[in-house]
Amino acid sequence: MSEAVIYAERLCKRYRIGEREPYRALRDVFALTFKRSLLLRRRLETGELWALRDASFEIGRGEVVGLIGRNGAGKTTLLKILSRITRPTLGFAELRGRVGSLLEVGTGFHPELTGRENVYLSGAILGMRKLEITRKFDEIISFAAIERFISTPLKHFSTGMQMRLAFAVAAHLEPEILLVDEVLAVGDLEFQKKCLGKMEEVSKSGRTIIFVSHQMNQIRRLCERVLWIDDGKVRLDGATEAVIGAYERFTLSGAEGKRQEIGQHESVWFSGWEVVESQGPECNTVANGSDPVSIRIHAHSRQTIRHGLATILIYDGRGLLIAGWSFDRFQLSPGDHHISLMFSTLPLRPGAYSIYFSIHDDNKRNYNRTLVPAMIIAGSPVTHFMDEWAGILNIPCSLESKQIELST
Amino acid sequence: MNAVTSTTLSKPAVPVMRITPPTRWWILPFGELWDFRELVYFFVWRDIKIRYKQTAIGAAWAILQPFLTMLVFTLFFGTLAHIPSEGLPYPIFYYSALLPWMYFAASLQNATNTIVENQRLVTKVYFPRLALPLSAVLSGLADFGVSFLMFLAMLIYYGTRISAAVIWLPVFLLLAVLTALGVGLWLSALNAMYRDVRYVVPFLVQFWMFASPVVYPSSLVPQKWRWLYGLNPMAGVIEGFRWSLGRGNPPGRLVLVSTGVMILILLSGIAYFQKMETTIADVV
Repeated sequence: MSEAVIYAERLCKRYRIGEREPYRALRDVFALTFKRSLLLRRRLETGELWALRDASFEIGRGEVVGLIGRNGAGKTTLLKILSRITRPTLGFAELRGRVGSLLEVGTGFHPELTGRENVYLSGAILGMRKLEITRKFDEIISFAAIERFISTPLKHFSTGMQMRLAFAVAAHLEPEILLVDEVLAVGDLEFQKKCLGKMEEVSKSGRTIIFVSHQMNQIRRLCERVLWIDDGKVRLDGATEAVIGAYERFTLSGAEGKRQEIGQHESVWFSGWEVVESQGPECNTVANGSDPVSIRIHAHSRQTIRHGLATILIYDGRGLLIAGWSFDRFQLSPGDHHISLMFSTLPLRPGAYSIYFSIHDDNKRNYNRTLVPAMIIAGSPVTHFMDEWAGILNIPCSLESKQIELST
Repeated sequence: MNAVTSTTLSKPAVPVMRITPPTRWWILPFGELWDFRELVYFFVWRDIKIRYKQTAIGAAWAILQPFLTMLVFTLFFGTLAHIPSEGLPYPIFYYSALLPWMYFAASLQNATNTIVENQRLVTKVYFPRLALPLSAVLSGLADFGVSFLMFLAMLIYYGTRISAAVIWLPVFLLLAVLTALGVGLWLSALNAMYRDVRYVVPFLVQFWMFASPVVYPSSLVPQKWRWLYGLNPMAGVIEGFRWSLGRGNPPGRLVLVSTGVMILILLSGIAYFQKMETTIADVV
């Protein structure tokens, strides 16, 4: 790690709840002072919020790192500290090289100014030199595809055009370190694709990038390493697939602590499961869904089942049923068993899936369990670049068009 | 940690930025401000471009405002109240004071609101926040320039001769700019915290005008108290303007006191602003 360009040690950020209000009025200060003296200086600072607590990490040159976590976990606060918008309460960070941050699309745009003027203004605000903007001006305008409107005031632009122009300016920033906060979620699909392409291009040019997104597919595409921020801390730091897997499993199960009890008092119970083909410690991960996959469930029985029914259901992270199978005439003798399920392929989009397994015995009594931990499908997504259009299946598809002659 | 330190030593060419919690110490941020000089230029350019967009007569406002005020003052304070004008024609007497005063008043208003108006920027991008009040104060110079042209026309109309003292004018203008910046820094930082400030500023400007020799000459103030009058830095500025553009005695000691006070206000303004700067993005 001799090439560390970002080094953060025990970063903490405290907000007093009052400071998060839009502003203070003088009367509040008077009121507060009055209250404080009345209450014998009882501390009124119960309204404290630690947006970050002890976040430490190190990022090397040229790394593209994704930040994930639920809303309010501290991702944006972390970016704001690294981009110097706000200062940490405790701890420190060191950054090596020019830093560009993109926390919002269209920072500094003014509706009364023309397209050309806004390119210069926004560029300067994002940290570009005038000369640099002039040099890249044509490129920016053609990326945004607004050549005809450079002399029109921005207020006459459509929202889409404004977004395109804004991203175009930002995309031509060339800092050594780039901090990006969920800005790819704007504009029309066509443009989003272009932005993602540009980001991929930038990420391959050796610059260090920290990228916040809630779109796991985008993170999978762009980043090789992911930090999962939870409750102001770095909860997990590692290779993209492992961290996203853990995160998705976590969001899927609500909380890891809510593990189902192993129903040992029942006459049939399930104590665990694994993906047979998996290598390494992560025995719940399917490395490649296009290969054959088998799942092995550990079952224990105190009774004999002759005409039972076994059911397996796979749900995705949103609770949508992906597929279900049932097998009648299911038989089980007393003792320990491995129940194996063989799939010829499992071409599901990368992500976390929950597997529900149930057995009905001869008396129609039901024993069931949602397998813990959730199943993780790894690999890289090959479908649509937006999560909401990527669907369920992860099947490669190519496209070609040929002109045909219709003969009559 | 050790690895990081050793890279710092072996590669001094790469700038290393250290982000730490705010400390009690403050440093004069001129180096950084110099790095961001193009941004200051763009802020000034933006303010000037936008100021008169969608107004019917545009930059003519920069002339009309002091000119109409001058007419009113001439009529009431001059022709009717016979306030002494040190031998200058009333229009010249008033306009030469209104030039710096109107610049000062407008700069205070702009500087007060600048952090709040640029709230989106302040919470989304880093730049030295000082660039905002600084450019608010600098952009007022455009209006000053326009209204100064009007003054030249008036000088020709009244056939007033300009003395060699006019070479001091840039010095007094600089004094006005720095005074506006010093007070503007205080007001903009305070306004980011307490929005009450913007309601206070119009009153402040009004009272301040009567405490300055705009409608009357400072010679109305008893001689032995005159240096004390210089505690109001605008007194020095305005008397300086009148002297360099018209005639009269050089306001030497008054200007010295004013300059001293200006430096105090400016330094304390920078210090207070710097202290506030670390929390502005969380508060504004």
